[in-house]
Amino acid sequence: MEITSKNARQWSRFGPRATYGMTMYDLVEKDERIYALSADLGGSSGLNRLMNAHPDRYMNVGIAEQNLIGVSAGLAKEGLVPFASSFAPFITLRCADQVRMNMGYMHLNIKTVGLGSGVSMGGLGNSHYGLEDIAFMRSIPGMTVLCPADCSELVKAVEAAAQYEGPVYIRLTGEPGMPVIYDTEYDYEIGEAITLCEGGDVAIIATGSMVYTSLKASELLEADGISCSVVDMHTVKPLDTDTVKKLAVASKLVVTVEEHSIVGGLGSAVAQEISAMDSPPRLLTIGLPDSYLSSGSYQYMLKRYGLTAEDIVKKVISQLF
Amino acid sequence: MEKSYLEETVVNVKKRILYMSNACGQRTHLGGSLSMAELLTVLYKEVMHYDPKNPSWEGRDRFILSKGHCVLAYYAVLAECGFIGEKDLATFQQDGTLLGAHPIMNMEFGIESSNGSLGQGISMAVGLAKAAKIKRESHRIYVLIGNGESNEGAVWEAAMLAAQWKLDNLTVIMDNNHMQSDGDSQNIISSNEMQEKWKSFGFQTVEVDGHNVGAICDAFRIDPQEKPKIIIGNTVKGHGISFMENNNEWHHNRMTDKLYAEALKELGGEL
Repeated sequence: MEITSKNARQWSRFGPRATYGMTMYDLVEKDERIYALSADLGGSSGLNRLMNAHPDRYMNVGIAEQNLIGVSAGLAKEGLVPFASSFAPFITLRCADQVRMNMGYMHLNIKTVGLGSGVSMGGLGNSHYGLEDIAFMRSIPGMTVLCPADCSELVKAVEAAAQYEGPVYIRLTGEPGMPVIYDTEYDYEIGEAITLCEGGDVAIIATGSMVYTSLKASELLEADGISCSVVDMHTVKPLDTDTVKKLAVASKLVVTVEEHSIVGGLGSAVAQEISAMDSPPRLLTIGLPDSYLSSGSYQYMLKRYGLTAEDIVKKVISQLF
Repeated sequence: MEKSYLEETVVNVKKRILYMSNACGQRTHLGGSLSMAELLTVLYKEVMHYDPKNPSWEGRDRFILSKGHCVLAYYAVLAECGFIGEKDLATFQQDGTLLGAHPIMNMEFGIESSNGSLGQGISMAVGLAKAAKIKRESHRIYVLIGNGESNEGAVWEAAMLAAQWKLDNLTVIMDNNHMQSDGDSQNIISSNEMQEKWKSFGFQTVEVDGHNVGAICDAFRIDPQEKPKIIIGNTVKGHGISFMENNNEWHHNRMTDKLYAEALKELGGEL
């Protein structure tokens, strides 16, 4: 689907799940190999239109995520391309061993989609939050982990995953009305980070919903005379290590920002990379704490746990001075 | 009484099981491999369509060994059917081998999937069967599970879906030897009333003596009824070797040279 200013605004208004559903609708009409599956969350995956128009291209396996991955494995082995979606903890950890055996060990061409990851499930609480999904999925050898920054990039990620041969996890954060970053066509390649702005003092590497928040933080920092680079690390695995190294060489401080536990996510991936450098810069990892959280509205949760532009600014300044 | 071709093949499979176990010099899953030897031999020799010269032939029937720890029987049958040569067979459980203690996906050897984590093969089989329906292909899907394995909830997730989707191209085979790693299933999770359980899950069910090759052949031949089928083979763990039968010390164990010789003698000597 083409990114235009109008489409980008519309997708943003509908939100990430509806955008996923629209993209899948478009893909099943273009590619006969593609099937949408879920563990009784077709509606929550934005797939209602696809389910009604193409009932033979949607499979609801019932509330059984382990079987969802196993069945997807059988379909993938026969050349079909299954996209299986559920809430982030259920499509990753509930079926962790099936992910490991089928997507990891056998490297089957299965795509999974984690809905409502981070704290975007708001009041539904910790059982539904995606706090550890990146950590688990990036620990699986051969896995690709995509965290789109807005709904336009979500379209790009789903389309790229459909063309890519191998297992992919797509992690959705954000909510209906989320900000637009990309409102015209752009080059999206799995594994190639996108530099959104360049500055010499601080390099902010962000993923998912935190890309826009980081752009806002960089504007505030610029006003204080601190110049920032902001990079959209839409692919957490395989990590764009060239970009990370370039930023690390050019900056006094590297900052990672993610709506995920500070354990095992983007911050850990970047730390692993730059710690091997001869003279690594300082690294500040910003994310959710290593604990289970309170619950509340999405915006309340982001504020409470310091994932706002103002909080990022405070943390960056505290590191610099 | 003279042995039939199938019975003779089963004896050869069991000899190969002993040979591989002994040659690797390590503990192996002997009990469960011996209990499923007839079920797997009949499946490969009498039922399935395949071409060992073209293992990836699209029209082949698919087989998944869901109780992946019982590879000894699997490799032995694949060897009897021309998929694995003697040289490769001799590498079983050796350093760097392609024939590990659990199946490693390898179409050259006719091995469709990697297994070892119980309760997963049947889900993949459901996906394979659904894909065949979608693509209007006529090959069949077979998956062999264990009674102990059926403690796993995922088995029943897959069973419910197979029935819901009316996958009459899927046959589950259960090696029900009534034992599992820690001992008698009766004292852990009962393996009785399997037929009633599977029937209530929507399967066409057939219960047979899992060591009677004729009865197993008949069970495979029963016409499908627009629903998935399960053949429940009642078997004896360690079958064919007197000191191993129903003795769970042989769930995962290593024979001494003396015991190996005794076991081979019971099967009538060397291959």
